[in-house]
Amino acid sequence: MSKQKAPSERQNSYVTADGRTIGPAVMEMKNITLRFGGVIAIQGISFDIHEGEIRAIIGPNGAGKSSMLNVINGFYHPQEGKIIYKGEVRRPLKPFEIAHQGIARTFQNIALFKGMTTLDNIMTGRLTHMNTGMLSQALWWGKAQREETENRAFAERIIDFLEIQSIRKVPVGRLPYGLQKRVELGRALAAEPSLLLLDEPMAGMNVEEKEDMSRFILDVNEEFGTTIALIEHDMSVVMDLADRVVVMDYGKKIGDGTPDEVRKNQAVIDAYLGVSHD
Amino acid sequence: MLYREVGEFKTSYQSDQQTFPITSDRLVVLSLIFIAFFVIPFFITEYMASAIVLPFLIFGIAALGLNILTGYCGQVSLGSGGFMAVGAYSCYKIMTSFPDLNIFFCVILSGLVTGVVGLAFGLPSLRIKGFYLAVSTLAAQFFLVWAFTKFPWFFNFSASGQITANERLMFDIPVSGANVAAPVAYLICLIFFVSLAFIARNLTRGSLGRKWMAIRDMDIAAEIIGVNPLTAKLSAFCISSIYIGISGALLFCLYFGAVEAGDAFGIDKSFLILFMIIIGGLGSIFGSIAGAAFLVAMPVILKNIMVDFLAWPVDLASHFEFLIIGALIVFILIVEPHGFAMLWRIIKEKLRLWPFPH
Amino acid sequence: MPAEFYYGVEVFLNGLMAGVMYSLVALGFVLIFKASGIFNYAQGVMALFAAMTLVGFQNGQIPFAHLINAALGTEVHHFGWTLPAFVAIIMTLGVMLIFAFLVEKFVLKHLVNQEPIILFMATIGLAYFMEGFGDLMWNSDVKRLDVGIPKGGNIWVEESTAFLGGEDFYGFYLDSLDISAALIAAVLVGALVAFSQYTKTGRALRAVADDHQAALSVGISLRTIWVIVWAIAGFVALIAGIMWGSKSGVQFSLSLIALKALPVLILGGFTSIPGAIIGGFIIGVGEKMFEFLIGVPFLGGATENWFAYVLAMVFLVFRPQGLFGEKIIERV
Repeated sequence: MSKQKAPSERQNSYVTADGRTIGPAVMEMKNITLRFGGVIAIQGISFDIHEGEIRAIIGPNGAGKSSMLNVINGFYHPQEGKIIYKGEVRRPLKPFEIAHQGIARTFQNIALFKGMTTLDNIMTGRLTHMNTGMLSQALWWGKAQREETENRAFAERIIDFLEIQSIRKVPVGRLPYGLQKRVELGRALAAEPSLLLLDEPMAGMNVEEKEDMSRFILDVNEEFGTTIALIEHDMSVVMDLADRVVVMDYGKKIGDGTPDEVRKNQAVIDAYLGVSHD
Repeated sequence: MLYREVGEFKTSYQSDQQTFPITSDRLVVLSLIFIAFFVIPFFITEYMASAIVLPFLIFGIAALGLNILTGYCGQVSLGSGGFMAVGAYSCYKIMTSFPDLNIFFCVILSGLVTGVVGLAFGLPSLRIKGFYLAVSTLAAQFFLVWAFTKFPWFFNFSASGQITANERLMFDIPVSGANVAAPVAYLICLIFFVSLAFIARNLTRGSLGRKWMAIRDMDIAAEIIGVNPLTAKLSAFCISSIYIGISGALLFCLYFGAVEAGDAFGIDKSFLILFMIIIGGLGSIFGSIAGAAFLVAMPVILKNIMVDFLAWPVDLASHFEFLIIGALIVFILIVEPHGFAMLWRIIKEKLRLWPFPH
Repeated sequence: MPAEFYYGVEVFLNGLMAGVMYSLVALGFVLIFKASGIFNYAQGVMALFAAMTLVGFQNGQIPFAHLINAALGTEVHHFGWTLPAFVAIIMTLGVMLIFAFLVEKFVLKHLVNQEPIILFMATIGLAYFMEGFGDLMWNSDVKRLDVGIPKGGNIWVEESTAFLGGEDFYGFYLDSLDISAALIAAVLVGALVAFSQYTKTGRALRAVADDHQAALSVGISLRTIWVIVWAIAGFVALIAGIMWGSKSGVQFSLSLIALKALPVLILGGFTSIPGAIIGGFIIGVGEKMFEFLIGVPFLGGATENWFAYVLAMVFLVFRPQGLFGEKIIERV
């Protein structure tokens, strides 16, 4: 990636209001259009996500935000447009291949593995980093054991970070909603993603849980330097967390910029206050 | 207070990841294995071996295999009987083509052949899910059994349509066919059983096992976190078929001695093995073993009570067998969908705290 | 026209008739699946059980005679009367109603909200239980069932088609029993459709099939509906049991047609009554024609054992949603 840092791309780096330096674009979406049969979910949207920033995607219900995340992690394939990831145009890949490229995500409706414990769920996040052969695993000798122990140590760091030591060996199906959301974040973090996608990480939480989750998101961004793209409905949270915001409505982009810029954008205000579309 | 873990602290991840983290568990299991290898062979009788012990070990292997596929990877299969037939018939073909090959290699090779067949029948699982898949595994069951009865090449053109295990010797002792002594058959099955149980445990606790369970619990999420559904599902199909193939081969050359696919490997075998893992516990190694033990022992116990003790006719006992198995399956699914394994875990939790209620 | 052609047509017609049987069993599956989301594997055994009960009542068999004799050392077997078919059918219906009630009370009620595959396995357990119970109650001998449906080759069909062929063609051979089965099945489907379209209970049934929660919220009792549906399925099972039993005797193999009904459902879809009928015809005709054209000449016969399943498997690979299902869009 370093050798492809053209001067023009360097100029993309910027400094945030609180003084952090944001790197060049890690992912660029160019003119993405996604259709389901006759329904247009996303219409010609372009935006970019820079290294180290927290990028929010907001918009009313049905604006196409979740579809956008699904395009980024390869669950949907857009009919038109280009996706440039780490400076290279990405060909259509299967979701698991994209996971191996370092994109991890959480889901709007929790998608944990209900039959497994918290620890096992977080260990599944390490799967992209584990590659012992079947034979070694069958005998549990040599590399299999070593790899398991190393990755367990990493998973334990995530568990410490998210303060969920006490539920390490509890099946996740038994956990309350807020904790499940946290375990899901842990599973995504365990993959050491270079781009982390969060789909409504605070949906259905009370104020206290939201505060906890916001703190974790900021800490992840600061301590691990992880690039984050998130969808969220709670405007106050978005405006506090995000460095830049994309606003979508009816599958189109209607605003893009820092929280302050977006807040003043007339099209955004209209969309949220409900001016009729002609 | 016999069962306690107070004072046991784990100081490394390795010790926390052991199969039996509690010392007393470990001791019990090790001594059981010791007894199985060095004490039982001196006492085992023909009747014990043929009524309970051999069927338990052989079907235990099949149950382990099906549990890998159904319990861990979530793909319900009704084709186990067909795959056992593949194991038996390939064992027969290998034994007749290589008369000097060691019996252990014959059995392992038949397992591998079954693995390849299982791989082929696993391919539809990439597009078909849930009980749609269960129905398409019926295709494997009926097609395979049909093929083994229709194409004489499989049974070397024998007039009876049966395959018969020829006798071969190891250290001058018969190790296959009709004249195997009970302790020998027992030891061979035991070696396979213990090592395959050990391997199953290892495969399911590592990254491969987590891939399977992720596919089972939520296949879409699994793919998005980086599990390749193709390799995960097919590896489960392949390994499960290897187990079931080995069990079929053992059933053929150490238990029956001579079989005919339609009689020995019908759809009833598929259901039997499925019931073993439902009753024992889906997604549990212990459960596979407990379920096999239970379903092998129950008819024998019923027969002992009803036929030998009460002097009732044999067919009554078999009607009761159906009735009880059916009722038990419904009961277990209602009370504890995770079977004996979960009940056992609950008992252990209680024992840990005993005699204090909380 | 060569004789093979006429023979082929006859095979085709017989396939259609076999398809009627499959459709009848599949119909019972569809009813229960629509109302409760349960894939009822026990449908085939229900047909067997209903047929056994019917024969038992007709011949005045003493229930559990075998068990009573073994336990008490007595020698009882029959009451010594025979009942007219009509009375016996009514009594059997009563038994199926009681059965539906018991299933709801002891099984379904406790399995609400379980995953479909768990429910499926529970019905396999139920099937085993019923099989054991039925054998215990009426013993496991092969029984002759006769409720007065005409049997044997249908002379009228034979004579009225004889002119089609040449010298050595005597007309198509169709069993009167199969023809009656087809007619009765058509009446049954018509009655079911009328019931679900024009009665209050039928409307409640459709509401439950559409959405459990919504049906509950407008005051429909889910448990009553389940009892009704299982009773109707029991009725359909009885019809299937009578047809199959009259044809080949009441015996264990009857419960195996439940397995054949599975590929029928896969082709036709689990929720569509017309789908079950058409799926039954496709499987019935398909396996007979395949056996006739390919099985016997090239593969040594007996392909009917697996043809339905392999067809279903191949079909699913290309169209996982079934013949009439809508394309499934996966979401996260």
